[in-house]
Order: sequence, then C-alpha cells, then structure tokens
Amino acid sequence: MTHYRFHILCCGGTGCKASNSAGIVRKFEAVLKEKNINDVQVITTGCFGFCEKGPIVKILPDNTFYVQVKEDDVENIVNEHIIKGRKVERLLYTDPKSEGHVSDSKHMGFYKKQMRIALRNCGFINPEDIREYIAREGYAALGKVLTEMTPEAAIDEMTKSGLRGRGGAGFPTGLKWGFARKSVADQKYVVCNADEGDPGAFMDRSILEGDPHSVIEAMAICGYCIGATKGLVYIRAEYPLAIKRLQIAIDQAREYGLLGKDILGTGFEFDIELRYGAGAFVCGEETALIHSMEGQRGEPTVKPPFPAVKGYMGKPTNVNNVETFANVPVIYLKGADWFNKIGTEKSKGTKVFALAGKINNVGLIEVPMGTTLREIIYEIGGGIKGGKKFKAVQTGGPSGGCLTEKDLDTPVDYESLAAAKSIMGSGGMIVMDEDNCMVAIAKFYLDFTVDESCGKCTPCRVGNKRMNEILDKIIKGNGTMEDIELLKNLATVIQDTALCGLGQTAPNPVLSTLNNFYDEYVAHVKDKKCPAGQCKDLLSYVINPDKCMGCTACARKCPVAAITGTVKQPHKIDQAKCIKCGTCLDTCKFGAISKQ
Amino acid sequence: MAVKSLADLKKMSSEFKNTVSLRENGDNVDSLIQIKVAMATCGIASGAKEVMDFYLEELDKQGIKAVVTQTGCMGYCYAEPTIEVKLPGKDPIVFGHVNVEKASEILEKYIKNGELVEGIIPVNYETVK
Ligand SMILES: Cc1cc2nc3c(=O)[nH]c(=O)nc-3n(C[C@H](O)[C@H](O)[C@H](O)COP(=O)(O)O)c2cc1C
Ligand code: SF4
Ligand code: SF4
Ligand code: SF4
Ligand code: FES
Repeated sequence: MTHYRFHILCCGGTGCKASNSAGIVRKFEAVLKEKNINDVQVITTGCFGFCEKGPIVKILPDNTFYVQVKEDDVENIVNEHIIKGRKVERLLYTDPKSEGHVSDSKHMGFYKKQMRIALRNCGFINPEDIREYIAREGYAALGKVLTEMTPEAAIDEMTKSGLRGRGGAGFPTGLKWGFARKSVADQKYVVCNADEGDPGAFMDRSILEGDPHSVIEAMAICGYCIGATKGLVYIRAEYPLAIKRLQIAIDQAREYGLLGKDILGTGFEFDIELRYGAGAFVCGEETALIHSMEGQRGEPTVKPPFPAVKGYMGKPTNVNNVETFANVPVIYLKGADWFNKIGTEKSKGTKVFALAGKINNVGLIEVPMGTTLREIIYEIGGGIKGGKKFKAVQTGGPSGGCLTEKDLDTPVDYESLAAAKSIMGSGGMIVMDEDNCMVAIAKFYLDFTVDESCGKCTPCRVGNKRMNEILDKIIKGNGTMEDIELLKNLATVIQDTALCGLGQTAPNPVLSTLNNFYDEYVAHVKDKKCPAGQCKDLLSYVINPDKCMGCTACARKCPVAAITGTVKQPHKIDQAKCIKCGTCLDTCKFGAISKQ
Repeated sequence: MAVKSLADLKKMSSEFKNTVSLRENGDNVDSLIQIKVAMATCGIASGAKEVMDFYLEELDKQGIKAVVTQTGCMGYCYAEPTIEVKLPGKDPIVFGHVNVEKASEILEKYIKNGELVEGIIPVNYETVK
C-alpha cells in the first residue's frame, strides 16, 4: 500500500471551477507523473468557502492554503513544496490587517472562529467518491437509526437535539417529522428543498456540490422516521454541478445498497429522485414547490392543510431544507446531547452564511449560533473592504432587514435577530459600507420580489409594485413626505394580507431601512440629496475653479464630452450633458472635482 | 459492492479509513505527534527521504496517529538529516544525523515513551513555518 506524504486538495466547487480548477488538477497529475512522484495524491473536493480568492489548493497534512492558483504555478508548487518542503510564499493568503502571508489555514482569521458541522466534508472529501464519505463514518448514522432505534425514538432524539429548519422559518425539525409520522397514508414523501432563491446565497449549492451523501443519508433517515419510502430533491436547473454530483452520489448509494430495497439488511426501503425547478424564488415556498413538482403552476396555496397532512400528490410530505438535512447524520452519530450543547438556549448548532458585500473575506462560513455579528464581520470577514466605514448588514435576504452599528453585538440566533428586527433567514449576509445608499438597497430587494411575485394575490402583485414605484420616485428626487407615510401604510397592509411568505415579507427591507435610516429617506425627499452619493439623479459632479489647473485630462476622458475649458483655465461640467459616470473624478490628479 | 449489514458498513469504513486519515490528522495537528523532516537539497542527499518513508510506514503499522511533514532546510546542514519532533503539549525537539536506525530509536524511546535520546540539537530559533 502506498503511504502518501501529501494530499493535494483542489477545490472543485462552482466558483473555483469557473477559474479553471480542473486544469490545475490535470496539471498536478501530469507534473507529478513526469517527475515520478507517486506518494502524493491529488483530490478534487467541494467548496472551501473562500471562493473569492479561488482557485484554492490546500496541501495536507500541513494545512497550507494556496489562493488564486494558476496552472502555471503548479510546477512551482511541486518543485518547492512537494520536493523541497518549502512553501510557495507568494501564493499564500495575505492577511488584510497585517498584510503578512499566513502559513496555513489554522492561522487564518477566516477559519479560526468557524465550526463546521453541515460543511464538515466540504473541501475535505471527494464528493464523487462514496468511499471517502463512508471512511468519514458516512451512512453509519443511518445504520444506527435503522438497527438501534424505533422511528419514534429517532424522532424524539431529533426533537431533543433542538435542530430547527435552516430554510428560513426555523421550525423545529423533530416536531415536523412527528407531524408527518402521525399522518396515516399508504404513501408518504420526503422532500429536500434545494431551490435556494435568495439572491447571493449559495449555502445549499455548496453542500450538495461538496457533500451530497450527507443529504441522501439524512433523507433516508427522515424516511424511516416518518414512514416514507420515496424521496424527492427539488433542485433548480441553474445548479448543473450540484445536480451532477447529487446524481452520481445517488447512483453510488444504490450500487452500494444504501438506497433501494432492504437497506443494510433491515428490510427498510428508500429511494430518491431529482425534480428540477426553473429557478423562481416563490417555488422555494413549500406549497408552491409541491405544486411545481406535481407539474402544476408554481403558486403557493393557503396553509392549512400543511404538507405533513396533504402534500405531494395529496400525500403526507415532509419538506426540509438542504442544510437542515446536512446536520442530521452528525446528530445521530454524536447524539442529541452533543448537538444541543452547541449554540444558544433556543437556537442549537451552527448556521451557514454566504458572506458578501463590502467585506474583505467574501465567502461561505459556518459558525456556532450565538456568534456575534461583530465577530463574523471583523474576525471571520476580516473587516470592511478598503478601510471604509461599516454601515449596515442585511440578513434574511429580500425577506429580512438590515442591522446597524448598534446591533453589532447581537448574537446570531433566531430570537436575537428577530428582536433586533431582522431575521435569520436562509443564510444570506450582505455587508454594506458608507457608500451604499439604504434607499437604493431597499429598492434592490423590492425589485427582486416584485420580479419574483407569482401574481396570484393582489396585495403582493399590486401593493409591492406600488411601493416599488414610490421608492423609484424618491430615488429620482421626486418624492414627498406623504410618500414616506404611504410606504409605511402600504407595508403594513401587505404584511397582513398577502397570501404567502414572499409577499408578506417583501416590505421588510423597506420598513427596516426606514426604521434605521429615516434621515436618509428625508434627505432624498427634502434636500434632494443622496448622502451616500449613490443615487445618480441626486448628485452632480462639479469642478472647483480654485483647484482646477486646467490640465484638460478630465475633458479628454469624459465619454460624453460634457467638460469644456481651455488649457490652464478652470474647466466646467455641463450638467445637462453629464451622465454621472464618475470618470472625471477618478481622473483629476488635483482633487478639483467632487461629487455633491 | 453491496453493503449488506451495519457490520459490513463498519468494516468498509475502516478499510477506507486510510484514504482520508492523512487529511484528518492534518486537521487535528495540535493534538497529535508532529514530525518534521528537513528535506531541502542537503537533507535529501543525506537520506531524509528514507527517514520520512520509514516514519510514514512504521507509524501506520504501529497504529500511532501522527503528522509527518517535510520542511525546508532548518539551518543545521552539518547535522543533516535533521528532524523536529513535537509531542502534544511539549516544546519541539530537533534531532541531528538521523538515519533510519536513529529514527527508529527516536520512535521507540522518545515518541512512544518520552525518553530522551542522544543527538538533540539545542535550538533557539523560531519554528520554521
Ligand atoms: C418565498 C419563499 C421562498 C422560500 N425559499 C426557500 C428556499 O429556497 N429553500 C428552502 O429551503 N426554503 C425556502 N422557503 C421555506 C420553505 O417554505 C420551507 O419552510 C422550508 O423548506 C422548510 O424546511 P426547513 O424546516 O428545513 O427549513 C421559502 C419560503 C418562502 C415563503
Ligand atoms: S404573496 Fe406574492 S408570491 Fe405569494 S401568492 Fe401572493 S402574489 Fe404570489
Ligand atoms: S461624470 Fe462622467 S459624464 Fe459627467 S462630466 Fe464626469 S466624465 Fe463626463
Ligand atoms: S483634470 Fe482636474 S485639474 Fe485637470 S482640467 Fe479637469 S478638473 Fe481641472
Ligand atoms: S468554489 Fe472553491 S472555495 Fe468555493
């Protein structure tokens, strides 16, 4: 048997694949072969969470973390690191604060505060090889549940663990399974919700790409608990890599007899099929999702009846989110009492977030519940980009709200985030700095929900559209103080009357920004100014004649010839022509141009 | 390939274990025995590769969990091959003139029993990254 000296892990997640990680893998294999090195193994893994600095190459056992690796770097890594044992400094991650190279992942602020349960195998195993999953005690939880526990006992264990749904609402998973178990029917279904419509979120995609077997195993466990033999994964067709890996994993599980009839000789039968969604946000709502799988229009219907009573094909159906499922096997392996010691009183375990926006370390992170926003933004995220000032962080995506400086010490858990007037949501976390206009942010989210509304009910179809028009008016400088009041009233009515979660929560970003940044709205309305300098209609570029040296640089760069003047004389911008592209501001070396 | 029972699955899991154990050990370095073999040109010429291979095989054979890595030149070329051994919770110790025989002695005496053996190089350097 070969004793490997090194494992070279190359990220094969969507982000790194897009920047040629597959070419890097091939190159490593070729170079190692050429140099006759056969005690080094190259493995393609799922996402490391550090996609922005991809492609990532991690070398074990010394945990060296190379970022932005190119095919041309491979030879160098082999010669230096593999042959001579010297790290290739220039490819190491640079700490944004100290600006020094960080020798290995154990010393990266990004990883220090993280705790990986749902992502335990992402960036660690080859997701296309069931043997690696089995080596990590994969399917042992299913084995334990099938041979040692009754369905009732297994559901009790789940309830005791305190796991709550990671798809947004945070409903206790054990309770949900209990409801589905109680429903009597000849056929029941386990559905995995992999629709993931929140803009900018990629938690579920990464889990499916990096560790598909954990979801398969969990669905089988759920099937045993509620008495279902069929599982369906509803996944958006825009996730081709996740679909491919999931299908490979399902095929391998069948081949190993871990899906199908008489699993592990216990007589239990379970199998899984994929259903593709077209990527409509509303289809992530469980009733709409079920209709979409049935081949009907993806529109929500009123609950009750809940899916646990009447779901797919009218049969009792248990719907859980991908990340919820990814936690399940570990809970049975390590026990509910292990899991419920992690996190806060009412929110147990960890949560995965897609950290994005104006932050140094953009990426996918997993932290214990109760970690504060400050720790996430400044320690894991490495602080705000370019040394700018933090302004707000949006959690819960288009259904959520923004949190500000005063909320930074809020522990991340369902209750605390709700108390701070936002929500946990599914895991989108977007950081904003002083250059972001909060009215524009509210409009960004509302644009999204208006686009995604299915149009079934009036409050959402018409109401949210009206709100969006008012925001547009304010951003263009035509808003009135009455408009702000109208926004508030409309928001309350829509929240109370829309049929599904999409419409009900769509006004949240508006209310939340009104709450925290009322002055910014007023500035747009009364002073016709955008304090952050983002809303183009409310700002003008002007040249200060005292500072202008008449160098003509700006005039030559302006794409619409809006700047006039003679050499060595102060220049002038024709506001009627200016398209506010900002080029002149970046061009002027004398600081003569400003945004007002 | 069908797994017919939980016992089957467990057997399979331990069979496959070594495909990921190097990674798992790397993940838990701080709680494991760490051996660093200096493998710069001077080290390789003087037999460091054999020492590294010896540890990889022998530790696995004896079922001792350890992380064996290679480093660049430690700056003791006169005493190559050199190795650095760090037992959990202890300061690292550097040994010089390590051949396979010496490596075996270090394993049996120091690594397994904490007994000191000859050939320790006094160190006053910052651990090489
Ligand atoms: C508009 C809307 C979109 C939703 N999108 C998703 C989604 O993309 N993924 C998801 O898991 N849950 C989504 N949900 C929540 C689901 O309805 C459901 O609560 C969830 O899948 C249950 O799983 P959990 O208990 O494991 O969280 C959405 C809900 C609404 C109202
Ligand atoms: S609230 Fe919006 S998305 Fe939901 S049913 Fe009504 S129109 Fe459709
Ligand atoms: S902002 Fe753009 S369009 Fe306007 S004056 Fe400057 S360069 Fe010209
Ligand atoms: S670039 Fe600056 S200094 Fe030169 S002409 Fe334009 S405003 Fe004046
Ligand atoms: S895709 Fe490579 S780190 Fe995320």
